Amino acid sequence: MYVAVKGGERAIDNAHALLAERRRGNRDVAELTVEQIRNQLPLAVDRVMTEGSVYDPELAALALKQASGDAVEAIFLLRAYRTTLPRFGYSEPLNTETMQIERRISGTFKDLPGGQTLGATYDYTHRLLDFALLAEGETPPSLETDSAPLEPCPRVLELLNSEGLIEQSPKNDERPRDITREPVDYPAERAVRLQNLVRGDEGFLLSLSYASMRGYGDSHPFAGEIRSGQVTVELVPEELGFPVVIGEIVLTECEMVNQFHGSKTEPPQFTRGYGVSFGYNERKAMTVALMERALRADELGEAVNFPTQDQEFVLSHTDCVSANGFVSHLKLPHYVDFQSELEMIRRLRREAGKQENNAPASAVEEKTV
Amino acid sequence: MNSICEQPAMLNSDDWQDMEPLLSVQNLSKFYAPGKGCGNVSFDLYPGEVLGIVGESGSGKSTLLNSLSARLVPDEGHVIYRSEQFGELDLYQGEESLRRQLMRSEWGIVHQHPRDGLRMNVSAGANIGERLMAVGERHYSEIRQRAIEWLQAVEIDASRIDDRPSQFSGGMQQRLQIARNLVTHPRLIFMDEPTGGLDVSVQARLLDLLRNLVAQLGLSVIIVTHDLAVARLLAHRLMVMRRGEVVETGLTDQVLDDPQHPYTQLLVSSILQN
Amino acid sequence: MSTPQMTQVEGYNFAYLDEQTKRMIRRAILKAVAIPGYQVPFGGREMPLPHGWGTGGMQVTASVIGTDDRLKVIDQGADDTTNAVSIRRFFAKTAGVETTEKTADATLIQTRHRVPERPLQNGQILIYQVPVPEPLRFIEARDSETRKMHALREYGAMQVKLYEDVARFGHIATSYDYPVMVNGRYMMTPSPIPKFDNPKLNGMPALQLFGAGFEKRIYAVPPYTEVQSLDFDDYPFEVQQWEESCAICGSDHSFLDEVITDDAGSRMFVCSDTDYCRERAQSNREQAQENEQ
Repeated sequence: MYVAVKGGERAIDNAHALLAERRRGNRDVAELTVEQIRNQLPLAVDRVMTEGSVYDPELAALALKQASGDAVEAIFLLRAYRTTLPRFGYSEPLNTETMQIERRISGTFKDLPGGQTLGATYDYTHRLLDFALLAEGETPPSLETDSAPLEPCPRVLELLNSEGLIEQSPKNDERPRDITREPVDYPAERAVRLQNLVRGDEGFLLSLSYASMRGYGDSHPFAGEIRSGQVTVELVPEELGFPVVIGEIVLTECEMVNQFHGSKTEPPQFTRGYGVSFGYNERKAMTVALMERALRADELGEAVNFPTQDQEFVLSHTDCVSANGFVSHLKLPHYVDFQSELEMIRRLRREAGKQENNAPASAVEEKTV
Repeated sequence: MNSICEQPAMLNSDDWQDMEPLLSVQNLSKFYAPGKGCGNVSFDLYPGEVLGIVGESGSGKSTLLNSLSARLVPDEGHVIYRSEQFGELDLYQGEESLRRQLMRSEWGIVHQHPRDGLRMNVSAGANIGERLMAVGERHYSEIRQRAIEWLQAVEIDASRIDDRPSQFSGGMQQRLQIARNLVTHPRLIFMDEPTGGLDVSVQARLLDLLRNLVAQLGLSVIIVTHDLAVARLLAHRLMVMRRGEVVETGLTDQVLDDPQHPYTQLLVSSILQN
Repeated sequence: MSTPQMTQVEGYNFAYLDEQTKRMIRRAILKAVAIPGYQVPFGGREMPLPHGWGTGGMQVTASVIGTDDRLKVIDQGADDTTNAVSIRRFFAKTAGVETTEKTADATLIQTRHRVPERPLQNGQILIYQVPVPEPLRFIEARDSETRKMHALREYGAMQVKLYEDVARFGHIATSYDYPVMVNGRYMMTPSPIPKFDNPKLNGMPALQLFGAGFEKRIYAVPPYTEVQSLDFDDYPFEVQQWEESCAICGSDHSFLDEVITDDAGSRMFVCSDTDYCRERAQSNREQAQENEQ
């Protein structure tokens, strides 16, 4: 006789044990340390910090280790940790003009005050597998270069601003709404959109940006400036009343320049798209800037013709933790719903058959309540 | 529904002066960009009157229609509507809820493209029944019966009730859209190029049907069209628009037979040359 | 069987969420109770379980649970499905509360996809996990629009769906997640429970709370509130009935799961509510023993 499936508890315990075993892999190979991940997989760490919304390379590296290298799972771990943290306060806005620049490029001006510096980038590498790395050869020490950090310098877009050719960044001294504490309602203001995008899934934003540039959107931007480096974080403790430096973080910032044909109140001018990410995650900063601008279509009075310009479509689906959760919930049992559908399909087929054969059919009946 | 009315009901402007206007538009403006939109439009629409808005594409006709029918908030001006349920309303001063209630009860909107006005993925019967269900009708057989009557009224075979609009021809889709709007007996209908994109013979049949329905139901209509023949057949009065402004207004025959403004003259003569 | 009280894990607040968050959620719950069926937005938190796996229900449970509560968690009606086990363990670990599989003994019941067969009592709280709280979502994708539709009670479009069912099949063909009107005002999804369970929502003496984590919405049906399933006057709401009875307890009036027993497709039917089935089977045995004596 059938006995209702029991043993859920044991199944879960076994699954966890197997998972730990698989994560560790072959025990003849030395175990990876969190410090190694942090130092040697820095771009993976940057992504986890950015989407996990916690600037802590060590915890991000730990999450990557615990998640067997799965970025989405690692981001989830960091997020769940973040929820339990108390809020001490909100920092002052970061001043990226004072960034200690390690990399700064512009697609709009060949030369500009402060200069350009390529920094560390994969951009001009030839994508040839380096078999020396496979042979575990030590990477040769870097050449002596003149790559001293650039002096702090003004942002490129401010050069256009002095001519009045680009929109002013709207000044807003209100404290931005914290989307991890309050629900979002639509239409969402810019601060909310930017928070959402920065936490958004890199792959999703990359593909949306690609689509909007290929014609499913109205994005024809220039990379006005991309810069990476350290910035200081300041906080005003209530009891002091003035800002104190609480640390330094590495940021990558991107400002895109878009054409704008003018509206009934505004003459034609350039508009901005802004993006930022923790660490050296340049792809992310660019896609945030692209999508940020695409989602301004409505407020700029441009026609909203594509999903890439549609706030609710984009912002509701950026989050990899939510998206992954909802897709993976299909793995949960749906016996009851499926049983209901099974019963309904059988009934509909019976009725269809009855009409054809005019044969009596009984089985499941419905009763009125 | 089968009696045929040869002419638009011949109402004189004198008759209307005794009535209160259904809709009063005062200095309405809506611009997207300089020269794009419509500006400073004022007129009255009386019960039973059909007003045609004509002009070439880009003249601001559709912007005006959308601003009148609560689909586009104007920059300036007032639209006063005398509602059966709510009394006199200054549309854009009031709650959005009122405008939305009007849209599904006292008003009808016939879009140029049937797919904008129909639910393409549900049956013709459901399309007609939706407005009834929206105002609280909960008796399936009754809803279905009314849907059948309205299908017949717009000359669609009742046996098509369970077919989806996507299985219909363009002309049938447009007639279905009209039935969907009329089922709740609205007083004011907004139409945007209702015959656009249809073959000439299909157009003629639709116009004939529209003219009959409007006369029999005593509907007030604001119809936007670039086709002066359509305007002549349906409208009592015309407003000619150019670059967002009204350049001439008058009784349809007057405007078409004796145009005053050079632009209207050009419009009328270009039709004649065609 | 009830488990002995477990000690709470170190390093986390009682029931995982911090007290400020719980207060915020309780405010949302109070508002939801005050406006039956209305979806109250709340500042949903990241939970250590994925969205769609019951994080909304868990946040509600975490906010209302106290040390003297007895918690029951079911998924598909069963206490022993993996996700039910996982959530029950979570609260045993983080709140140290007593847990139970007996519907009658529970003060809080968190559920996914079922309402227990045994009628609930006033004083009990039933907490539903909700994946998509918006009943109009598949008619209108935009939240800004569906909120207006609720505000203005524009529910004609949902009736269109039922009309289509009757036109095509001769009856309403929605079998689960069947929309209801609460207190004659708000349209609400009862979560993906089978429509078999819908009548139990009407006038239920227990408080019903619904939590959607991903969509950050909470809604509620207070005790003894009218909950009507949508229908037509001439095509009234109806529920599933089985010809078969439960192969274990013989019940002919509960929701049955179909179980395939061999490769040839042989089937049997058993109660989806495992506690109800166990209780009935036990009382059958006792009855039989009494009869023997």
